[in-house]
Amino acid sequence: MDYSVVIGLEVHAELKTKSKIFCGCSTQFGSDQNTNVCPVCLGLPGVLPVVNKRVVEFAIRAGLALNCEILPFSKFDRKNYYYPDLPKNYQTSQYDLPICVNGYLDIEVNGETKRIGITRIHMEEDAGKLVHSGNITNSNYALVDYNRTGVPLIEIVSEPDIRSAEEAKAYLEALKSILEYIDVSDCKMQEGSLRCDANVSLRENEQAPFGTRTELKNLNSFRAVQKGLEYEIVRQAEVLDEGGKIIQETRSWDETKGITLSLRNKEQAHDYRYFPEPDLVPLQVSAEWVEEIRQSLPELPNARKQRLMEAYGLSSYDAGVITASQAMANYFDVVVGHGADAKAAANWLMGEVSKVLNASNISITEFAVTPENLASMLELMQKGTISSKIAKTVFEEMVASGKDPATIVKEKGLQQISNEGEIVAIVEAVLAANPQSVADFKAGKDRALGFLVGQIMKQTKGRANPELVNKLLKERIN
Amino acid sequence: MVDLFKLTAHELHERLVNKDVSAVEITKALFNRIDAVEQDVRCYITQTRELALAQAQATDEKIQRGDEISPLAGIPGAIKDNMCTKGIKTTCASKMLEHFVPPYDATVVERLADANAVFLGKTNMDEFAMGSSTENSAFMQTRNPWNLETVPGGSSGGSAAAVAASTAIWSLGSDTGGSIRQPASFCGTVGLKPTYGRVSRFGLVAFASSLDQIGPITKDVTDCALVMNAISGHDLKDSTSIPGNVPDFTKSLVNDVKGLKIGLPREYFVAGMNPEVEKAVRNAVAQLEKMGAQCLEISMPHTEYALTTYYIIAPAEASSNLARYDGVGFGHRAQGEDIVSMYKKTRSEGFGPEVQRRIVLGTYALSSGYYDAYYLKALKVRTLIKQDFDKAFEKVDVLLTPTSPTPAFKAGDISDPLSMYLQDVCTLPINLAGVPALSMPCGYVDGLPIGLQIIGKPLGEETILRVAYTFEQNNDYYKCLAPLGEV
Amino acid sequence: MKITPKDVAHVALLSRLEIPEDQVEKVTGQLNAILEYAEMLNKVNTDGVEPTAHVIPLSNVMREDEVEVSLARELALANAPEQDNGYFKVPKIVEG
Repeated sequence: MDYSVVIGLEVHAELKTKSKIFCGCSTQFGSDQNTNVCPVCLGLPGVLPVVNKRVVEFAIRAGLALNCEILPFSKFDRKNYYYPDLPKNYQTSQYDLPICVNGYLDIEVNGETKRIGITRIHMEEDAGKLVHSGNITNSNYALVDYNRTGVPLIEIVSEPDIRSAEEAKAYLEALKSILEYIDVSDCKMQEGSLRCDANVSLRENEQAPFGTRTELKNLNSFRAVQKGLEYEIVRQAEVLDEGGKIIQETRSWDETKGITLSLRNKEQAHDYRYFPEPDLVPLQVSAEWVEEIRQSLPELPNARKQRLMEAYGLSSYDAGVITASQAMANYFDVVVGHGADAKAAANWLMGEVSKVLNASNISITEFAVTPENLASMLELMQKGTISSKIAKTVFEEMVASGKDPATIVKEKGLQQISNEGEIVAIVEAVLAANPQSVADFKAGKDRALGFLVGQIMKQTKGRANPELVNKLLKERIN
Repeated sequence: MVDLFKLTAHELHERLVNKDVSAVEITKALFNRIDAVEQDVRCYITQTRELALAQAQATDEKIQRGDEISPLAGIPGAIKDNMCTKGIKTTCASKMLEHFVPPYDATVVERLADANAVFLGKTNMDEFAMGSSTENSAFMQTRNPWNLETVPGGSSGGSAAAVAASTAIWSLGSDTGGSIRQPASFCGTVGLKPTYGRVSRFGLVAFASSLDQIGPITKDVTDCALVMNAISGHDLKDSTSIPGNVPDFTKSLVNDVKGLKIGLPREYFVAGMNPEVEKAVRNAVAQLEKMGAQCLEISMPHTEYALTTYYIIAPAEASSNLARYDGVGFGHRAQGEDIVSMYKKTRSEGFGPEVQRRIVLGTYALSSGYYDAYYLKALKVRTLIKQDFDKAFEKVDVLLTPTSPTPAFKAGDISDPLSMYLQDVCTLPINLAGVPALSMPCGYVDGLPIGLQIIGKPLGEETILRVAYTFEQNNDYYKCLAPLGEV
Repeated sequence: MKITPKDVAHVALLSRLEIPEDQVEKVTGQLNAILEYAEMLNKVNTDGVEPTAHVIPLSNVMREDEVEVSLARELALANAPEQDNGYFKVPKIVEG
């Protein structure tokens, strides 16, 4: 039968501070194992934590960007459990008084806007990394690297407002976009700086009480989030269809096999024994501090999208694609700022530019073509100096050499021929050489005109102004 | 010539400055004293003689150069073995940390080193500071220099006994529920638990983080002020450290209590208290009254709940603080075929029975379903206990009580955990309230010292020192040394 | 609330301690004695009383986001019971 899906996401984002949350060790990714460690993050006897102020700032930034209430009084707590990636065997986190609560994020799915509630955002320390010999089930030992221990995290917990795998993906994309905009996280899923766990359950209909949920882990990419959820939804539906019961448990997404596997039975209780962290004093966040941070926030994706739609008449889709990445939106603003036509700029960014970026797997900040040069190229097109066809040639050359378009056009002699006299001569020569086509056209075969245009373009190496060619051809034939 | 080891830090400082003796001579005198009596008292888990000589040498060079030296420069002392010392074993008297060598110094150790103090070694204690007799050490039994059949108290028994036995001029202890004051009381020394946050805890191996505090154990009140001057003050590495300037505590060494108001909380004069102890404390009060202090009896109604409150909060915090001893990064490891069995074996082998008992108790108090009934309830009662102190200090400047209901007891006499916990009934409310308190000798019973506890307001160490100094200067107790090695 | 040998076993697992079979009874008894004593807290009326987690009224103690020198790896690993190629080494991981 058809079930109604209920999903809530718990997203961990590593904050891009220079130092760790409770000590001065570097947060540098990819350092040699156990080199970014000190007595504090190794949890040696006698050490004490001191909170990194920027972590608190970043958490508040995220809270404001996600429309949260910033609690004026919040505190840290210890979450107690044994695992070798956790040197103290407790994680310093926030339990009953997280720094941000009651926010929301608007996402767009199939052209419709939907609001997903955000329950809370709290700060905590990351754990270390385990390297297993063989795989997790059959290895005889594990190796531990504590470099990541103490890297600051925020955990963003959504309300169970998400109703499909697609919505989950859209939520995660929108969240990533915001965290990048406000510059608090690199959000690189492949490096683990953005991680997502999902709680999934099914129920008979939208009004029915929530069913038993499973927690999905190891969703290491946007694709994995969608595929893992899709699989789990089908799996649960099959269990229910067969009259079975869903067991509350943690399941891991196996990317290669494309299935979810039970990790452990949650019943046997992770009793985390939270209690207030005695080594850290509470946080009192003043209204002034919140205001100061609010003032420093950049324009957020949704606002920026609205602006592009209103100012330039871009479609919701186009504006959404351009503003999904702040770097892309910034690029767009510079191109348009240099006088380029906004719609043409948008089309080029979503078309040729994105094609090049994807093919070479780079971000637009690393792109060889500066926004100023792209604007000049669009201007050349608009003025009729080059045709749209020639523009593609020029663009390729810009990508390859990084040269400005005017230089390329001049060097390669690619200026459009818009001089009537010059084109008339060619038109007459082509007409004289192709009497049959002229006759066909006169007989009503429109396709013949295309052939004649092609002949002229061939002779001018595509540089003849197409409008002028059309006009002159028709004049001469008639 | 007087035996150098018998002198106080301020007396030795004077001789150093006058070039009557050298720091190396003093240090060697202490070595000789240790050689003579350590086998009986057994205070030291680790001795650091080479380091001590090098430190003494450095002070002698300073003196030779004509540099000014700090009051503790060249003065040998001892550090409880739960404070981290870079490159020197720090065991917490536990098998778990038998071979642990910290790669860093505790802030107090750093500060004392900066003051050119001389480190003789690390002292014995109850394992992880859990106990009141130092019998819970995994390594050895420290005895009370006043009577070798009795315990020195605990958990800072090694530190108190070392000062009493003159095998250290000063020492550091830590106090979570009375662990400086009760051994100071048993050993006839001066011991101060400062206001929570006055002395940095960075590098102190945590027992119960919201209660732990480091403080000095010394032969007299003047030395107490000197060590406090060296170790107190804000530390950026301890978030619970109190910011702001610290007074010069020697300015409080004033022989005058006129006009001071002294409170006697009647709940501290408990049933089962040794009558000689009560008599000695009441005598002390009478003396101070004669000297112009105003004494009044007051009531602190929640005192009777302090013990229970403490024995929920402290083990709860300990259960989390001691989770890190798991055989992964440092310390003892037992063989286990998988991580869980390795954890369990390591911890069961590495921790002694009292530590395990408190971990189990604390884990239970925090566990789901019991948190509200035990832990949260205890935190609320803690508020009421603290309010008792706030109200008392609206009326009085200091409170006087016995430090311990009895003098030192015989080794092995108390085996029931609950009876042992009752040892701390007069001291642990002070930790729950976070206020400072000092213990000093105020008499003897059967040749064993009796401790007087002087409790002050938050950051009220100066008033405590003034009262203590006045009492000390008008009595001879500080001149009485343990009879050890005299016969 | 009386603690049972089963509770003791559960708490022992939570705290990763191995209490030998023949000791469980004794530990249970000792804990019950302590917890029985603790029952006296129920006599105290704590309605409307805020819990005290910290005795000193400090808040907002924070450090600047500055990188400090880390430990040399040899020192970080110096106390490790077992190490391998710059890593801490532990027995195979099973879920408890």
